[in-house]
Amino acid sequence: MLAIVGTVPDQKFPLTTGKVSLKDDKICIKEKRIHVNRGTPALLAAAVKTGEALGQLEVFGYLIGDIGLGEGSRKLYEYLAKNLGRSEFFAITFHYLQPDVNWHNRVLFAIKEMAKQPFLIADAGFMYAAKMSGHAAAYDLFTPDAGELAFLADEAAPHPFYTRGFILQDEKRVPDLIKRAYVHKNASRFLLVKGKKDYLSDRDGIKATVDSPACEAMEAMGGTGDTLTGIAAALIESGMEISKAAIVAAKANRLAGYYARPTPATQVIEIIRQIPGALEEILQEKLTGKATTK
Amino acid sequence: MSFFEFLKPKKEKKLPESDQDRGILVFEHTSEVIRAENVLKASGWKIRVMGPPPEIQSGCDLVIEFPLIEELNIVRTLQKVGASPLEIVPVSSPLLQPVNLFQIKDFDQYLMVRAANMKLTVEKKTLDIVNISGGGCPDVPYLAQEMVGKSLSKAPSPNEIGHTLCGYALQLAYEEMTRRCLP
Repeated sequence: MLAIVGTVPDQKFPLTTGKVSLKDDKICIKEKRIHVNRGTPALLAAAVKTGEALGQLEVFGYLIGDIGLGEGSRKLYEYLAKNLGRSEFFAITFHYLQPDVNWHNRVLFAIKEMAKQPFLIADAGFMYAAKMSGHAAAYDLFTPDAGELAFLADEAAPHPFYTRGFILQDEKRVPDLIKRAYVHKNASRFLLVKGKKDYLSDRDGIKATVDSPACEAMEAMGGTGDTLTGIAAALIESGMEISKAAIVAAKANRLAGYYARPTPATQVIEIIRQIPGALEEILQEKLTGKATTK
Repeated sequence: MSFFEFLKPKKEKKLPESDQDRGILVFEHTSEVIRAENVLKASGWKIRVMGPPPEIQSGCDLVIEFPLIEELNIVRTLQKVGASPLEIVPVSSPLLQPVNLFQIKDFDQYLMVRAANMKLTVEKKTLDIVNISGGGCPDVPYLAQEMVGKSLSKAPSPNEIGHTLCGYALQLAYEEMTRRCLP
């Protein structure tokens, strides 16, 4: 099963664990309903939609409310440190959590106690903590944007806010920044860098790039990176090899965006609705070798 | 393994700790350090008073170490009681400065400002905030929830309702957008 760990922007939302579904554009976990806007709910929704397209793959959520005060995140970290070691997951995706290095390390230690090591995917705050901890290499996939890649590449930066100016957050410099992130051991086994052009890389260099279809408006939209991570996580859970899953996810996310005909004001749920169709088209394309879209 | 190694007490397995997520608050006078320490401890923050690292050239002989990610919330707490620090720096590299470059993207009907990892987009005609993207701290979805759909002049600022460094970066984007769009 795929586990997804993150927060929702409601301080009163209690620690909730369970199987996740999507009904009427809302995330359902236990008896609770969560509006899908951006952040972890968007990642969950994308993973569930991808799972539906692949044939009812199950998604398990670990969720808690946190509006940036960190209290919810720390409760969730503590729960994971106590319980994750006894659980069984094929893949775990960590997302919007208050970055906290010591708690990150305790969670990573709990994972090491699992009977079978899961694939580890990280994005957002938990990826920041993973980099700061010096244990980025323990992860299979990070999904940074250009700004977050600059942070991974800057061995001294404790947060993207403190990335040094000479490490320009320029998309043209992505290949150099990827190299630098690996040199300083601040990258996961694979990096999927999202942007105008998406890059898949490992420590030996760039493996593939995806740049079409291109929807410039998606850069302004909140949640489009979350959907990419969600699609990739669900594909990995399905048994697809990580590098292939990352490329299929990048293509499907772009195509879903293209079909949503977005403006910079479009909200991410519009893209999530297009995921099954886009994914089917990309997977069909892979089977037949025919490109069905330009 | 030698025989005597069996006799050694077993150490608790633990991954090495890092101070990369800690920051330092620098104050002019020791009395201000003590006051800030009392305020922050009373508010439940995990902080500690220590000597300044050699790179810090300003302030007094004591500094306060704090969770750097929560900088925006901590600074706001201190500002409320008139105990603002002279300087704030990361523990791991005290010479690091916040990102101060903005990237502007014009989408014809919309304008996007990016500061560090945060992006804020407004519709030019109405000056409504239409999207917030980027970031990884848990106040980002909360800030988007509270700000998107409201006009730039009426939306709460990240400074008021944000708590983390991502919130701080969004505040910079918000200020730049305000500078460009509001009279």
